[in-house]
Amino acid sequence: MRSLGWTRLGWPALRLLLTVAIVLGVFGLFLWALGKDPIQAYRDTFRLNLLNPRGLAGVLARMAPLLLTALGVALPFRSGLINVGAEGQFLMGALAGTWAALNLPALPWGLHLALVLLAGMGGGALWAAIPGALRALGWVNETIATLLLNYLAPLVVGYFVFGPWRAPELAFYPQTPEFPASARLPLWFGTRLHLGFFLGLFFLLAYAYLVSRSRWGLELRAVGGNPEAARRLGLPVERWILAAMVLGGALAGLAGITEVAAVHARLKLDISPGYGFMGFLVNWLAFAHPVGILVMSFLLAFIASSGFTLQITQRLPYAAVNVLMALILFTVLAKPLAREVRR
Amino acid sequence: MGDTPVLRLVEITKRFPHVVANDRVSLELLPGEIHALLGENGAGKSTLVKIAYGFYQADSGEIYVHGKKVDISSPRDARRLGIGLVFQGFTLIPALTVAENVALFLAELPWVVRPRDLHRALREASRRYGLELDPATPVWQLSVGEQQRVELLKLLLANARILIFDEPTKVLVPHEVENLFRVFQGLREDGYSLIFITHKLREALTCADRITVMRQGRVVGTVRPGETSEEALLHMMFGERLGEVVRAAGREPGEPILELRGVCTKPVGTAPGLADVDLVVRAGEIVGVAGVSGNGQRELGDAILGLLRITRGKKLFLGEDATRWPPRRLIQKGVAFVPEDPLAMAVVPWFSVLENLGLLDPRRFSRLGGLGLDWAGVRAHLQAGFARLGLNPLPEQARAATLSGGNLQRLVLVRELSRPYHLVVGLYPTRGLDVRSANAVRQALLAAREEGKGVLLISEDLNELFSLSDRIVVMLRGRLVGEFRPEAANLTEVGRCMTGAGVGHA
Repeated sequence: MRSLGWTRLGWPALRLLLTVAIVLGVFGLFLWALGKDPIQAYRDTFRLNLLNPRGLAGVLARMAPLLLTALGVALPFRSGLINVGAEGQFLMGALAGTWAALNLPALPWGLHLALVLLAGMGGGALWAAIPGALRALGWVNETIATLLLNYLAPLVVGYFVFGPWRAPELAFYPQTPEFPASARLPLWFGTRLHLGFFLGLFFLLAYAYLVSRSRWGLELRAVGGNPEAARRLGLPVERWILAAMVLGGALAGLAGITEVAAVHARLKLDISPGYGFMGFLVNWLAFAHPVGILVMSFLLAFIASSGFTLQITQRLPYAAVNVLMALILFTVLAKPLAREVRR
Repeated sequence: MGDTPVLRLVEITKRFPHVVANDRVSLELLPGEIHALLGENGAGKSTLVKIAYGFYQADSGEIYVHGKKVDISSPRDARRLGIGLVFQGFTLIPALTVAENVALFLAELPWVVRPRDLHRALREASRRYGLELDPATPVWQLSVGEQQRVELLKLLLANARILIFDEPTKVLVPHEVENLFRVFQGLREDGYSLIFITHKLREALTCADRITVMRQGRVVGTVRPGETSEEALLHMMFGERLGEVVRAAGREPGEPILELRGVCTKPVGTAPGLADVDLVVRAGEIVGVAGVSGNGQRELGDAILGLLRITRGKKLFLGEDATRWPPRRLIQKGVAFVPEDPLAMAVVPWFSVLENLGLLDPRRFSRLGGLGLDWAGVRAHLQAGFARLGLNPLPEQARAATLSGGNLQRLVLVRELSRPYHLVVGLYPTRGLDVRSANAVRQALLAAREEGKGVLLISEDLNELFSLSDRIVVMLRGRLVGEFRPEAANLTEVGRCMTGAGVGHA
């Protein structure tokens, strides 16, 4: 814990490298067993997703929702809460933002978009406020509540896209009409890179600063670190629990609405390939550390993009990527337990 | 019974990052003796016995069991050699019964366990040493003292002949300590050899055949209780003479700071609620609360701090009705709190010293309405606080969890007492501390009294209460059942009152 710089940074970096090596090796065997050429597959993947600017922009665009949902998990995590519900908060953020996009009267471009994003945050926040309040009152464990609400959120979204908000022009496809231009997120450099990525970076920096340096962050972490002491110090423990969930939900909701406003331009049922769950994974792997969140969300975004590449170049089913994800999870979780055993 | 030591540790050295925990430590345990390992927190006692048990490996040094050199590289090896250790934190599984917990520990148990045999063996052992345990009770239903007995039974049934206890009395109330020592005597008569760790002089002097004193990772010496004195042992433990805690002569106390009038609270679990508690703490006085723990003292503290709802009666703070104030308001108005187990009750274990200090006083260091924090201010405050209380400063970046109990309590003292306040509530503030740290706490409470603050000291240590308090009240089953002036009463009177043997008077 009190070790010097080398062990502080060197070990995690070495671990990360080893993890990547093991994962690439084992997945290579998997590809080989399927009769593919792993070297060629990896070469294509790297070339198309990292060395090619358009490909890299695609990876960064995919990183945006991961950064935000990971932060949405990390913030409650710091106050001792396990938010498994980023997926539901993502969808509800998309829903609320869509309402603002489709129903607000004509507004100047920047203002409309700002309101859409705020509405998205509000939707995620309200959805997260339910488990937050239940936990603060001491009624229901937040892990269970957020998990179950994940099953509810798609049904709510489904009700609107099948029902009142369904676009008339494509009647058999359940989706809303297209967003007006004033509610769309700007894309840059003629690529898929959009404002959401920079919002993600901004909130990552804000998270890093506020959590470690501010009075709020200190109280938030104290509530997570030792609730008994926090209570005795007169910190409003229940209010912090609610606040942490609401803020986390707002970030996950922002992820939802940026994804919709930048990529799909309309609300549909399949806007998330599990970004909320991947955000949970990112936070778990990063242990709520800002640098870790940055690295891990890039890594996962890269892998998700690689999945599409492999589909095209190697004619692999996308499910193969899930094998890769699972491999990563196992490798990273295979931590030495020695540290925990020590007193 | 020969004189070959059953266990001999020779020149054991163990280094941890930044600290040498054991520096060429040697120790001999004779057959059939009770050996006390005495020293203040962090002297290296725990590390030493964990090496003997194979939990840690020594960097250098040798271990002999019954005169034969052995290599103990894991607890399994130690058990095979008949060495057993009762850890400070127990290693029981709450959901399982006593018998099941013991069975888990027995390596040579057959695949199919016959509960009846196990139960019988357990009953026999527990009867022999007066442990009074039912093998079929789930462990979660047991008190801490009873759980300790389960740990002991585990060792006995595993045929350990060398029994080591890591601070066994830390978790026990006084009468349980007496019982434990009786069990120790019984074990000695049956030829077991025992080592127990303590930092309490009196325990070592009353129970042990020999006492080995450790200081800063080294053995200072081994003595027999008959040939030494408290004074001499203290000198061995600390090297220098300790400052005595002296209370200045009584003055007229000032205005009431805290008043409880007929305060009642709801009982929670098995703990009693408060019943009609009337109590006044005035400026410049220390009011001691005596009692066997579990008689409502913690509830009294929590009711004062606003953590426990007062169902009937009134609480006044500086003349204002504070019955319904939340903890934060009370803290802001000037209530300081020094608890028994700071790691659990007052600090965040993985916060640094600095961060833990920054937690107090939300308004003072907050910048931009909470978006910022004046870390330089916290740092200056920390240094000034240590200086004001006459304590050695702690490293700012050290994590709370890595500090010893005594240093943690110093941190809490600095945090709580270096800001404007009127009342200090001490809830067993010296429990589990070594003598020097305990004295630092006492000194701080006396200084608070000198400055005209009110002090409420809840404690089990009657000597402490008598030497510090201006008045002593006694709690029994949630009521105040007596009030004494230390100069006009003696320990026995208060003790009788604590156990309900008689109602005392001022």
